[in-house]
Amino acid sequence: MADSSTLKGLTRFGSTQRRDAWWIENLPFIIVFGGFLAYATWRAIENNYFWVAPYLSPFYSPLIDPHHHWWPFSPAFLILGGPGGFRITCYYYRKAYYRAAFAHPLGCAVSEGHRGYSGERKFPLILQNVHRYFFYVVTIILAFLWYDTVVAFNFNGHFGIGVGTIVMLVDVILLTTYSLSCHSLRHLVGGKLDCFSCTTFGKPRHAAWRGVTILNEHHMFWAWVSMISVGLTDLYIRLVASGAIRDIRLL
Amino acid sequence: MSPATKYETHEHDVLIIGAGGAGLRAAIEALAQGARVGVVCKSLLGKAHTVMAEGGLAAAMANVDKADNWRTHFRDTMSGGKYLNNWRMAQLHAQEAPDRVRELEQWGALFDRTDTGDILQRAFGGHTFKRLCHVGDRTGLEMIRTLQDRGVDLGFDVYMECTITRLLKDGDRVCGAFGYWRNSGNLVVFKAKSIVIATGGIGKSWKITSNSWECTGDGMALAYEAGAELLDMEFVQFHPTGMVWPPGVRGILVTEAVRGEGGILRNKNGERFMEKYDPKRLELSTRDIVARSIYTEVREGRGSEHGGAYLNISHKPAEYVKRKLPSMYHQFKELADVDITKGPMEVGPTCHYVMGGIRVDAETGQSTVPGLFAAGEAAGGMHGANRLGGNSLSDLLVFGRRAGLAAAQQAGKCPATAIDNAQIEAAERDLLAPFTRAGGENPYKIHENLQDVMQSLVGIFRNDEDLRKAIVELEKLKARAANASASGSHVYNTGWHLTRDLQSMLTVSEACAHAALARTESRGAHSRIDFPKTEDAWGKKNLIIAKKGSAMTLTEVPRGAMPAELQEILAESK
Amino acid sequence: MADATATLRVFRGDAETGKAVDYEVPLTPGMVVLDAIHSIQANQSPDLAVRWNCKAAKCGSCSAEVNGRPKLMCKTRMDSLPPDQPITVFPIKTFPVIKDLVTDVSWNYEVNKKIPAFKPKPNAEWKMYQRDVDRGQEFRKCIECFLCQNVCHVLRDHDKKQDFGGPRFFVRTAALEMHPLDSRNRIPLLREQLGIGYCNITKCCTEVCPEDIHITDNAIIPLKERVVDQFYDPLTMIVRKIFPAK
Ligand SMILES: Cc1cc2nc3c(=O)[nH]c(=O)nc-3n(C[C@H](O)[C@H](O)[C@H](O)COP(=O)(O)OP(=O)(O)OC[C@H]3O[C@@H](n4cnc5c(N)ncnc54)[C@H](O)[C@@H]3O)c2cc1C
Ligand code: SF4
Ligand code: SF4
Ligand code: FES
Ligand code: FES
Repeated sequence: MADSSTLKGLTRFGSTQRRDAWWIENLPFIIVFGGFLAYATWRAIENNYFWVAPYLSPFYSPLIDPHHHWWPFSPAFLILGGPGGFRITCYYYRKAYYRAAFAHPLGCAVSEGHRGYSGERKFPLILQNVHRYFFYVVTIILAFLWYDTVVAFNFNGHFGIGVGTIVMLVDVILLTTYSLSCHSLRHLVGGKLDCFSCTTFGKPRHAAWRGVTILNEHHMFWAWVSMISVGLTDLYIRLVASGAIRDIRLL
Repeated sequence: MSPATKYETHEHDVLIIGAGGAGLRAAIEALAQGARVGVVCKSLLGKAHTVMAEGGLAAAMANVDKADNWRTHFRDTMSGGKYLNNWRMAQLHAQEAPDRVRELEQWGALFDRTDTGDILQRAFGGHTFKRLCHVGDRTGLEMIRTLQDRGVDLGFDVYMECTITRLLKDGDRVCGAFGYWRNSGNLVVFKAKSIVIATGGIGKSWKITSNSWECTGDGMALAYEAGAELLDMEFVQFHPTGMVWPPGVRGILVTEAVRGEGGILRNKNGERFMEKYDPKRLELSTRDIVARSIYTEVREGRGSEHGGAYLNISHKPAEYVKRKLPSMYHQFKELADVDITKGPMEVGPTCHYVMGGIRVDAETGQSTVPGLFAAGEAAGGMHGANRLGGNSLSDLLVFGRRAGLAAAQQAGKCPATAIDNAQIEAAERDLLAPFTRAGGENPYKIHENLQDVMQSLVGIFRNDEDLRKAIVELEKLKARAANASASGSHVYNTGWHLTRDLQSMLTVSEACAHAALARTESRGAHSRIDFPKTEDAWGKKNLIIAKKGSAMTLTEVPRGAMPAELQEILAESK
Repeated sequence: MADATATLRVFRGDAETGKAVDYEVPLTPGMVVLDAIHSIQANQSPDLAVRWNCKAAKCGSCSAEVNGRPKLMCKTRMDSLPPDQPITVFPIKTFPVIKDLVTDVSWNYEVNKKIPAFKPKPNAEWKMYQRDVDRGQEFRKCIECFLCQNVCHVLRDHDKKQDFGGPRFFVRTAALEMHPLDSRNRIPLLREQLGIGYCNITKCCTEVCPEDIHITDNAIIPLKERVVDQFYDPLTMIVRKIFPAK
C-alpha cells in the first residue's frame, strides 16, 4: 500500500491510493476465461464425443474431414480459429485481457510502473484491426450452427425436441446475439455514416444501428453468457455422446 | 525602470477582459476585423460562468411558434423589465438574436431539433411564444464551447487564470490594464488601444447564490475606478428556484426550464399558489413575481420542510424528464438524494443576475470613458428592472459582437498612448499590500460577513431602515477589508486573491445599496416594502453611480422619449 | 450529527516538495468534498490552493483524486466515503502540480489546437435532424474536467503526451467527425498525431467521466473503426477508391 505523502512514491508497479478492492474485478475473468480456454483446448485435442444424433457440438461445426482424409488433427482446430480469433480481437475481450493478463493497466488509477508500451500500434497488436474479418468468418460459422440446430429437431426423420435441442437453440441464439452486438457490426450497419438523413437507405440504417447499439450496450454481458453457453453445450453433448448421461426427449 | 523591463508586458489592439459568452463573442468579432486580440480571464478557458447557463437562449426564430417575431420579443423584454430597459438595446437584441444563434450553428453548435430539422425552442417565463433555443439543460456549455473553438480556430491569445486589478489610463482614455497571474503571483501589464469589459455578474456578494466565485463584480469596479458610470445597480435578480436542501448545495440553480417543461409549484398544503399571484401565467410568470411569491409563502408559514416551495415535474414521463433535464436529474439525485422523476424538488429564491452594470451606448457598447467598452452581464440597461430567462445568453451574443466590432474599429483610429509608470506602481502596491499586513484579518471571514449583510439587508424585500443599516455595515466591512492580510507564497494563494476580489465586491455592493435606498418605489426585481407601488415618475429616470474624487455619487438621469414606432409595438399588446 | 467531524488528508506542496496534511472538518448534511476544502480555507488555511467555479458539476474545474479515485470534488459526497479513515485529497496525478490541489493542465489546451475546427459543407442547408445530432450531443456534454486524461494509463503511466491526444480529444474529434454537416477528414490526424492506436480500450476514461459519456464505446471504438476503414481494411479501401465519399 503506497499511502505515500509525496507524489513521487506512487509510480511503482501496483501502487495506488485507492482503498477499494479494485483487483477483484480481474479475478472472474481470469478464472472463467482461463477455465474456458483450458476446456476448449482439451476438447479440441480429445477429438471424440462431439456428435450424437441429432446433436453436433458447436466446437466441431461445420464438421470438416472427420475421417482424416487430408487433415491429420482434430477437425475442431479447423473451426476454432474463427470464433477464437473473433473473441481474441473482440473489443471487450481485449479490454479484459489487457487488464488481467498484460496489466496495462491492472486497474484504473493503479500504477503499472515504467514498462514499455506501444498500445495497438505495432505488430502483433496492430492486427487487432482485422476484427471485422473475423466477424465475417463467424457469420458463416453461425449459419452452420443454425443449420445444426434445425437438424437437432430431426430425430430419424421425425420432428422432435430433446433437452439437447433446447440447449443448442439457446446457445445459437446467445452466440448470434453476441455477434449482433459487435462493435464492428455497429460501425458497418450505420455507425460509419455522419448523417443518417442525407444517405440513401439512411433511415433503415439508422434503425439497424439503433438496434445494434441497444445490444452493444451490453456487449460484455453477451460475451460472457455466450462463452459459457457454448462451453456448456459442448459439455452436454460430450456427456451424452460418451454415455455419461442420457438425453431426455421432450416431444 | 521602464514597465517593459520590470513587468511582463503584452500588447494588443483590443484587450478583452472576460472569457464568458460576451467576451468570447467580442473577441471573435474583433478578430474578424483583423485586430490583434487578447482575452484575459480569471479561470481556465471554457470555465466562465456562462458554462453554467442551463435553460436556453431567447431568439424570435419562430421555429416552433410561427407567430413569433422580433416585435413580440421586444415587447416581452420591455414588459418583463417594467419598461425601464434601454429600448434601443432591447430592440437591437430582439432583432439580431436570431442571426447570432444561426451563427453559432454555423460554427458547430448542436441545438436540440424540431421534427422538421430546425432549432427546437421551448417556453420560458415571460415569453409569449416558445422562444428558447436550447440543448437539454446545458445550453451555456454548448455556447461557450462553440465560441471557444471558434476563437481558438481564428487564433486569439488567451491569458488564463490572470486577474486584472486595474485599468490604466492616458488622460481620459484607457490604454491598458494591470493584473497578476494566479498561478505564480507574477505581475503583468497589458497595453491596448481599446478594452472590452465582459466580466459578468456580482452574485458572490450574497450568501444564497447561483453564481460562481468569479462573479465578484470586478469589471464594474474596474470601470467605476476608471471613471465610468454604473447604471441601475439596484436591480438584482433573485431566481425563484435554487436548491434549498441540503445546506451544502443551497443556492445552486434549478433551471427555469423545469417550469418551461411543465413543472408545477406547490406549498406545503399542496396548493398551487401561483394561481393566487399570477393566475394567467402561473409558473411561467416573470422571475421577480415567482421569487416574491415563493418568499411570501415561506414567510407566511406555508413553506416546505426546509423553507422553500415544492417544484414537481414527476407527472411527465420519466424518460422525457431525463432527456430534457438531464443535469437537473443528476444534480438532485447525486446532491440531494431526490429522484425528480418520482417526487418534487424543494426550491427557493437564489441570487442570480444583476440587471445593472456599466452604462454603455446601445449601438457600440462604449462606456462613458473613451476606449472602454462593456458587454454581457457587466453592462447595464438592456434588461431594465427584471431580466427574462434566456435573454442573457442572447444579450451576450448580440452586444458582445457589437462591442467587439466597435472596439476593433476604434482601435484602428486610436492615437498613440503611453503607459504611466506611476499608475502601475500604485496598482502593484495595492495588490501586494495584504502580504505586508501580517496578523490582519482572514479575508474569508470578511467575505462571509459581507454575504450575510447583503443577504439579510439588501435581499428580495428591502426597506429604508435595512438599507441604511447595510450602508453602515458596508463601511465597517470596507475598513476591515483594508486590513485583511495574506500569508504564504504568491503562488496560487487563494486567500490573497480573495483580498483583491473583496475590493470589487464591496464597491458593487455599496453601489447596489445606495441605488436601492434612493429608488423609493417597487419595480421588477427591486421591491421596497415601504414603497410597494410602481411609480410612473420613477419609470422616467435611471440611477447612476459614479466616482467623484474618492466618493461614490449617485445621480438621477431622465430617460428620453421612446420613438413612436417602438411605442406602437408596446401599445399593440394592450 | 451536529458535532461529527471528518479528517481530510490533503496534499500541500508543489512539484518538488510536499506532504499530506491532516485537517479536522465539521460535517454538515449533504456536504461534498469541495465544501470541506472550502471550510479548511475559511477556518484553517486560507492559502490552500484549489480550482473550482460552479460547485454544481458543470464547469469541470475541481478535479482531484479522492481516496485515490479521480473525482469532481463538488460532486463527491462526504457521506459516500468511509468515515473511519482520513479522506485523502490529492491533485490529479498526470499533470504537474502547481500548488496543493492545482495542476498545470495547459498541455490539454495545446492538444486541442491540433484538431481542425468544424468546417461546414459548402452550400449546407442547415437542416439537421435529432437522430443525426444525438451522437454529437453526447460528446458535447464534455465539461473538460480532464479526469479521463488523468486516469488514462497512456498518459498517466507512460507519459505519451507527445504522441497521444487522450480520451477528451477523441471525444471532441468524434463530435466533429460525426457532425452531419462537417466536411473535414480528421482520421489521418487521429491515427498519427493523436495516436489513437495507443489506446487499448481498457475503459478507465469511461469509468471516471462525470458526464457519463460512453467515451470508449461511443467515441473511441467508432473512431478506431473509421481508422480501419481508411488504413487497414483492404475491402473498404478499394470501395473508397472507386466511390470516393464526402
Ligand atoms: C446557474 C445559472 C444558469 C443560467 N441560465 C441562463 C439561461 O438559461 N439563459 C440565459 O440567458 N442566462 C442564464 N444565466 C445567466 C447567464 O449565464 C449569465 O448572465 C452570463 O453567462 C454572463 O456572461 P458574461 O459573458 O457576461 O460573463 P461570465 O460568463 O460571467 O464571464 C466572466 C468572465 O470574466 C472573467 N473575469 C472576471 N473578472 C475578471 C478579472 N478581474 N480579470 C480577468 N478576468 C475576469 C471571468 O474569468 C470570466 O471569464 C444563468 C446564470 C446562472 C448562474
Ligand atoms: S480506453 Fe483508451 S483512452 Fe480510455 S483510458 Fe483506456 S487507454 Fe486511455
Ligand atoms: S470526456 Fe468526461 S471525463 Fe473527459 S474531460 Fe470530458 S467530461 Fe471530463
Ligand atoms: S467487438 Fe466484441 S465481437 Fe466485435
Ligand atoms: S466546481 Fe465546477 S465542476 Fe466542480
